[in-house]
Amino acid sequence: MFNISTQALFAQLLVGLINGSFYALLSLGLAVIFGMLNIINFAHGAVYMMGAFCAYFLLNVFDINYWVALILAPLLIGGLGMALERTMLQRLAGLDHLYGLLLTFGLALIIQGVFQNYFGSSGLPYAIPQQLTGGQNLGFMFLPNYRAWVVVFSLTVCLATWFAIEKTKLGAYLRAATENPALVRAFGVNVPRMITLTYGFGVGLAALAGVLSAPINQVRPLMGADLIIVVFAVVVIGGMGSIMGSIVTGFALGILEGLTKYFYPEASNTVVFVIMALVLMVKPNGLFGRA
Amino acid sequence: MLLDVKGLQAWYGESHILHGVDFDVCEGEVVTLLGRNGAGKTTTLKSIMGMIGKRTGSVVFDGHQTIGLTSDRIAHLGLAICPEERGIFSSLNVLENLMLPPQVRPGGLPVEQIFDLFPNLKERINSQGTKLSGGEQQMLAIGRILRTGARLLMLDEPTEGLAPVIIQQIGRTIARLKQQGFTILLVEQNFRFASTVADRFYVMEHGRVIDAFATADLAANMDKLHDYLGV
Repeated sequence: MFNISTQALFAQLLVGLINGSFYALLSLGLAVIFGMLNIINFAHGAVYMMGAFCAYFLLNVFDINYWVALILAPLLIGGLGMALERTMLQRLAGLDHLYGLLLTFGLALIIQGVFQNYFGSSGLPYAIPQQLTGGQNLGFMFLPNYRAWVVVFSLTVCLATWFAIEKTKLGAYLRAATENPALVRAFGVNVPRMITLTYGFGVGLAALAGVLSAPINQVRPLMGADLIIVVFAVVVIGGMGSIMGSIVTGFALGILEGLTKYFYPEASNTVVFVIMALVLMVKPNGLFGRA
Repeated sequence: MLLDVKGLQAWYGESHILHGVDFDVCEGEVVTLLGRNGAGKTTTLKSIMGMIGKRTGSVVFDGHQTIGLTSDRIAHLGLAICPEERGIFSSLNVLENLMLPPQVRPGGLPVEQIFDLFPNLKERINSQGTKLSGGEQQMLAIGRILRTGARLLMLDEPTEGLAPVIIQQIGRTIARLKQQGFTILLVEQNFRFASTVADRFYVMEHGRVIDAFATADLAANMDKLHDYLGV
């Protein structure tokens, strides 16, 4: 009896860690984009979905495997994001947040609508890459290899991004341009190009999360729309624009959601939002946000 | 002539700030723009640097017409600005602030020499940039544009709100930079300070240059100057 219940507990913890990985990757991209562009990127869920579809097409049309898709899909979708930034988002510079929010929300609806039109609402299967099938019996639980890979890889990407932004010269440009873009430009840095690349990078992270998720959650046009609401709650809890904040909060809330599924399943869909409300009451700038 | 400004006009949104500014700066000179608050001195510096949305007229630096260029391109010609609000980045530490501006041309000062000019900075390289005192922040704001190889440094009120002993240190720094061949365009309200470091003065009023004289002729122009500056 006890044995079965610890197994269930660890199973839910693992589900929480997996979801936390996606929350962290997505909210990290949102944080980077918000810091640099001052845009609340509502298209993030659609981009995540396109990342998964990109991997699906690469495999089924071009016979390109998962490992290559893991690199290629973020690059392709990131490139698409940069084109979007150059042609549309750039025109919103200096305007109220609301315009960026409306534009990206509209784009998300259009993109999801088009995909739904061609692929319906049911999921397309994407096989786990051969090298990662099977799993480990840890004694207290069974750990599927692919899921372990997703958690470890996401954490690595998140920490590498944090390091690049907080500890390198390129990151110093990024942080400085977030504070005072006009002055950084007057020092000779091509800030508009940096903004385009930043958007491409944030969007690329979402696409990467999409590829990682394809073998676990299947590939569906609305896979991002379902997820993004929780991700925005994560961003609000962590603090808009904070890099480490979005990583820690992403994983922590994923785990918390998993634990709630075990201890009180009825609350598992709402626990994140309850925490969001509590955090907003005590710290309106979020746990890691700067005033 | 290193910098030649002719008929420079500039706008902040709808408001017309500069109404045709004319002046020039020769290589190796220290030139000061004087004038009351709101005369357009800061706007003149920002317009030269390309940091103002709408500007017309002619700004020729080192033979290049810069009026149509963006500020990052202008920086690469060898101009650098130290803004009035100093512009120290709070998310960067002192060393990161110092190393931030990219090298635009060869011939910038080595970092050791900057620490030599401002020893305080060396002791605090790991502090958050905005945790420094006002004087130290000013040293950091000047120090970071010495590395880049820029030849014309534009300093916007570097002595504002600082203690006399720090002002003296900044004065000595400007003299040393001049010796090393830097050209400096200074905006100052502190006329007494400016007279100790500058070769020439321009007086601005209502977005125009209305008078000019050399430091040698200062004594003869004292009455006029008091009039202009309202002191």
